[in-house]
Amino acid sequence: MTVAPLLEIRDLSVHFNLPRLTPFGMRRILHAVDGVDLSVKEGECLGIVGESGCGKSTTALTVMGLQEPSSGQILYRGQPLSGPGAPGRKERARIAQMVFQDPYASLNPRQTIGSTLLSQLALHGIARGSEASDRVADMLVRVGLSPDHAKRYPHEFSGGQRQRIGIARALMLDPEILVLDEPVSALDVSIQAQIINLLMDLQETLNLSYIMISHDLSVVEHVSDRVAVMYFGRVVELGHWHAIFSRPTHPYTRHLIGSVPNAEAVLGRSRGVPDPVAIPEGRRFAPDISVRPEAGASREASSLVEIGPDHFVRLADSISSPKAKR
Amino acid sequence: MNDILPDPVLSVRDLQIGIGNKLKIVHGVSFDILPGETYGLVGESGSGKSVTGLSIMGLLKRPLNVTGGALHFLGHDLRRIRPRDHRRLRGDRMAMVFQEPMTALNPLAPIGRQIAEMFVIHRGMDWSEAKAKAVEALESVRVPSPEERARAYPHQLSGGMRQRVMVAMALACRPDLLIADEPTTALDVTVQAGVLELIADLCTAEGTAVLLISHDLGVIANMCQRVGVMDRGRLVEEQDTKALFENPMHPYTRGLLAARPRLGSRVPGERGRLIELEQMVADEDRGHDVPTLVTPRGPRKEVTA
Repeated sequence: MTVAPLLEIRDLSVHFNLPRLTPFGMRRILHAVDGVDLSVKEGECLGIVGESGCGKSTTALTVMGLQEPSSGQILYRGQPLSGPGAPGRKERARIAQMVFQDPYASLNPRQTIGSTLLSQLALHGIARGSEASDRVADMLVRVGLSPDHAKRYPHEFSGGQRQRIGIARALMLDPEILVLDEPVSALDVSIQAQIINLLMDLQETLNLSYIMISHDLSVVEHVSDRVAVMYFGRVVELGHWHAIFSRPTHPYTRHLIGSVPNAEAVLGRSRGVPDPVAIPEGRRFAPDISVRPEAGASREASSLVEIGPDHFVRLADSISSPKAKR
Repeated sequence: MNDILPDPVLSVRDLQIGIGNKLKIVHGVSFDILPGETYGLVGESGSGKSVTGLSIMGLLKRPLNVTGGALHFLGHDLRRIRPRDHRRLRGDRMAMVFQEPMTALNPLAPIGRQIAEMFVIHRGMDWSEAKAKAVEALESVRVPSPEERARAYPHQLSGGMRQRVMVAMALACRPDLLIADEPTTALDVTVQAGVLELIADLCTAEGTAVLLISHDLGVIANMCQRVGVMDRGRLVEEQDTKALFENPMHPYTRGLLAARPRLGSRVPGERGRLIELEQMVADEDRGHDVPTLVTPRGPRKEVTA
């Protein structure tokens, strides 16, 4: 018997209807996510990278149930998390939680940290009274704060401390999956290291699974076990972090890695990433990565192909039909 | 390096910024920027790098004030200059690019008009001539179909395009000094690379000196010839870029370099734990008693003019 992965995203598409340009003009549809297949194993961190607008945040929101999929499925241990038969919001909240980029915007400024954290326990009927306060104190210590911090308001904390509170808030219901949406990009470099280390420690001690969304490739490289590169609503490359960063194969992945301002590259030290222009012979990929693929066009033609152990790349549509692309 | 250095475009000596005598934010920062040079200021938020930039522009907001030291720019003493003369320099001889172009641009005016304003105010052109120049300026920052874009409003442009407009506006009058405060922090990596390249190209072509303020050491390494590291309102180290990255001398700089997540630095088969700044530099090494500036010639407690 094969064990179903903890979380599976199957052929997920999310489309948004855009307003018509003219009263009787064409219907316009934005394919934010367009046929994405991903899975997360227990205790694993899946990193999703890509530029703004590539659909990485929409994918995360769909996992959290904050966005309805247009088609496709999200499965938790083989059971659907979306559509008919899906668990309610309260049940979902104990499966997956989210850590946002800006914790200040996601914390109620008029509630103390303690009451924000306590309210979840009360709402879910987990603990009351002194037991609940003990849990809150434990959680604050666990994320590197002190129990006295429960009495304070969000504005009394620094950016790094607020992100710790955001993590504590997400962990109160003891979920199995944390969706991290740009968890460190609003923080200083020195604080980033602390939060990244905290996340890795928590993952180990609590056996958490992460879906980490970031545009910062170096952060994703440090935290992820597997990495998915998204480009205009599709996964173009997927694999073990080391395969993605040491042998990036899709031209977009190469472009992305080549764009990171890197001190080592300037100073003439090698960082082991191949020249983004040189594409290995014998394989042809999408020639111009700046051209957005026609929405919905020739979707069947392109698919992820395994090119190495645990390393998949989407081949260009041009392989099956060279003239299909304008 | 030549034996005789050219006169610096900007010379900052023992700059102190604070609120009256009560609170000090910048405690005596000194550096020079030579013509055509790109000088980087790195540090964490709250280290005083942005207020240093704003004080040069004369844009410090009350109650913040320059409380001591000297600021010399092209022979002008910026601490004694009349506000109207400073305003004339601003936009013409010195210009600034901010982190968030959406808040820096006027949402109610087409971008072409906003760029043209620079020529009307500083060059005395009439509007039609200025608007033609604005289109040229947009073309120089590689905005596609500039005539059409000149009529667009800021909200109709993407973040990268808006930042290009900011660069066009800042460089419109060919200033001697460009202050870029986190110019690409809000942008995607691939867009960031384009904007940085643009700033580097245009400033090299015109010989514009640049003060680049950033917390991103990768950006600094790519852009700057010399770097100053700021911590808690002090300039703790200043070196040529290459030397700084290869041989950081101040413990704070070493900590900062070690703490950043670097692409390609994770060892296969291991978890990617990072070194935290506190492991590298003790709090005592960051307080009042440490040398204010570490240079290749040795630490200096007193800042000399």
